[in-house]
Amino acid sequence: MKKVLEGSMAISESVRIAEPRVISAYPITPQTHIVEHLSQMVADGNLKAEFVMVESEHTAASVCLGASACGVRSYTSTASQGLLYMSEVIYNIAGMRLPVVITIANRAVSAPINIWNDMQDSMALRDAGAIQLYAENNQEAYDMHIQAYKIAENKDVMLPVMVCVDGFVLTHTFEVVETIDEVERVREYLPPLNMEYKLDVDNPYSFGTLGEPSVYMESRFNLANAVNNSKKVIVSAAQEYKDMFGKFHGALIDTYKTDDAETIIVAMGSILGTIKDVVDELRESGKKIGVLKVRSFRPFPEEEIVAALEDAGNVIVIEKAISLGKGGILSQEIRDVLYKHRINSINVNGYVLGLGGRDITPKNIIDLIEKAKTDENMDGEFFGLNSFIEQGNISNIGD
Amino acid sequence: MIKTKFDYNKYLRQNTLPHIWCPGCGDGIILKSLIRAIDKLQIKKDDIVIASGIGCASRLPGYVDFNTIHTTHGRALTFAIGIKMFKPRLKVITISGDGDALAIGGNHFIHAARRNIDITLIVFNNYTYGMTGGQYSPTQPIGSYATTTPYGNIEPPFDVCDLAKAAGATWVARSTSYHALQLDKLIEAAITHQGFSVLDVITNCHISYGRRNKMKSPVEMITYQKEKGIPVRSAENLKPEELTGRFKTGLIYQKNDAPEFCAEYQKKLELLKTK
Ligand SMILES: Cc1ncc(C[n+]2csc(CCOP(=O)(O)OP(=O)(O)O)c2C)c(N)n1
Ligand code: SF4
Repeated sequence: MKKVLEGSMAISESVRIAEPRVISAYPITPQTHIVEHLSQMVADGNLKAEFVMVESEHTAASVCLGASACGVRSYTSTASQGLLYMSEVIYNIAGMRLPVVITIANRAVSAPINIWNDMQDSMALRDAGAIQLYAENNQEAYDMHIQAYKIAENKDVMLPVMVCVDGFVLTHTFEVVETIDEVERVREYLPPLNMEYKLDVDNPYSFGTLGEPSVYMESRFNLANAVNNSKKVIVSAAQEYKDMFGKFHGALIDTYKTDDAETIIVAMGSILGTIKDVVDELRESGKKIGVLKVRSFRPFPEEEIVAALEDAGNVIVIEKAISLGKGGILSQEIRDVLYKHRINSINVNGYVLGLGGRDITPKNIIDLIEKAKTDENMDGEFFGLNSFIEQGNISNIGD
Repeated sequence: MIKTKFDYNKYLRQNTLPHIWCPGCGDGIILKSLIRAIDKLQIKKDDIVIASGIGCASRLPGYVDFNTIHTTHGRALTFAIGIKMFKPRLKVITISGDGDALAIGGNHFIHAARRNIDITLIVFNNYTYGMTGGQYSPTQPIGSYATTTPYGNIEPPFDVCDLAKAAGATWVARSTSYHALQLDKLIEAAITHQGFSVLDVITNCHISYGRRNKMKSPVEMITYQKEKGIPVRSAENLKPEELTGRFKTGLIYQKNDAPEFCAEYQKKLELLKTK
């Protein structure tokens, strides 16, 4: 059914229909609405789950770890400092190969404290062994959560999945979202969780036991393989979803007007909508430009990205995160896979925009495309700074 | 501008005002009380450190012209401990909401108390997570409502003062944003005390808490504080059942001769130097 839903509500609707049995979360803006809706659903009897109230994100993730280890579908969501605080547990969830789904309402990190959107939080957790998917709009956020469980619970995967949605830009805006109303159809797509290894008194296992030097590397090797091998599962989950529910937003990546493109803009998340509008406009005036959307950042879709970019002359990476001391994260990785495939004819320019909720307007993107014409190999250059910083006069910031 | 008897301006950072608190929030009353108490004690502004976590209450340090640090949610006391250990001569005051101090940061609360470190903790206790829109907190009374307890809370709350005392704090008191004059005196005494002092201030958040609990205006909340607060001494004459739903105000516990952490640490250092 088509409904006008706030992003947070679309996500909670999608989680509800995926039928987790344990939900635990701690409030943090801009994620709070999601779990508030879920707690109301549980309280009203519209979702048969335990809603476990806790005193921190660390606990919330730990509750999900425990529930998941018992073979129960579980869910949590967080953002920013909450995710950083959860990080210890997320590494453990991944290491124990537990299929917890976690929504990240992407938000900047402290200090200074800032509640607005960027992707520094989830990008900081890129090496944890969790799958990371990024949604472009609320319809995709809705569909992605159901797919996330399908991917996480695949027995060749068995990993946590972080579904990343831009805080405020998606979580707090209303869009038309088509929801699936028959639980039965979702169950057909996503059968009840049936874990091979779980805490079971009749068949005891031990999770997280000391991994001595003689076995630790092997356990990480298996984890690394699981993350890499999840690529095909992400693809099939998207395909099957399309076949059953008619919605498709790309699998590992998606391309937009890239076939003959000389310039391709690469990005993740909600900013893609604005970029596509700009691209439409530029196409009208004859410019050969297209967009590559990275939907799965972990695992990193190497082959797919190379195939999409190899014929372009210029690549512009727009990202809302940075690896301090190195540069753009997405741009680095794109350059890396192109290098690996011996493609050195492409000029990759990476820019960091929109940190801490700074608006990225169509004009910014047009200016950036213009700038990139003369730039070479920019590695996460900050774009759109206020002029007082450019003059080197930071004393104007106040205290 | 109307000239008031007391000039708060010399303690306020004009460039960070106006504050973000909702009109009618109790936090501003505590802020002014804190300023009056510090002024009374005549402590140099530069000798005061205010540390806070995250939350509505924790915004306070941004507005006052002392050495201030606004940290991460739940950790205010740990930053404060680091500061105090490095510069024990400074007066270190920590501001936390009830969530900050007792939910996500509860662990630090009991350990700071156990060590009896010379820090003053003022808990802005509004029974809720004000900043994130009114989720239940560990001080929320049984039966009351929050966004996460839509059918009423079933979890028993912490009594901040009992917990502080049991964990080892050597000065424990409670006041409210209604009892502003008492509050001035208690803040003064808390800062003066040598050891870990905990002041539980019941404050009003009509926006995130009151609206859900039949107290939608600040007036109703202030009235609640006035009616439910009972001076420690009067409480002594009441039976336990007469105290249900009420809370004691005033100085609840004080122990003066307990070893203070920084002093003990210094002693140990001196001793080791002689060896
Ligand atoms: C690690 C982390 N988790 C969650 C949050 C979101 N958050 C900000 S303030 C707050 C609760 C505030 O409640 P309280 O401490 O009682 O202070 P009040 O706002 O009521 O003054 C929460 C959960 C955060 N900033 N950091
Ligand atoms: S939400 Fe509550 S605690 Fe926060 S400023 Fe408003 S009234 Fe005060």
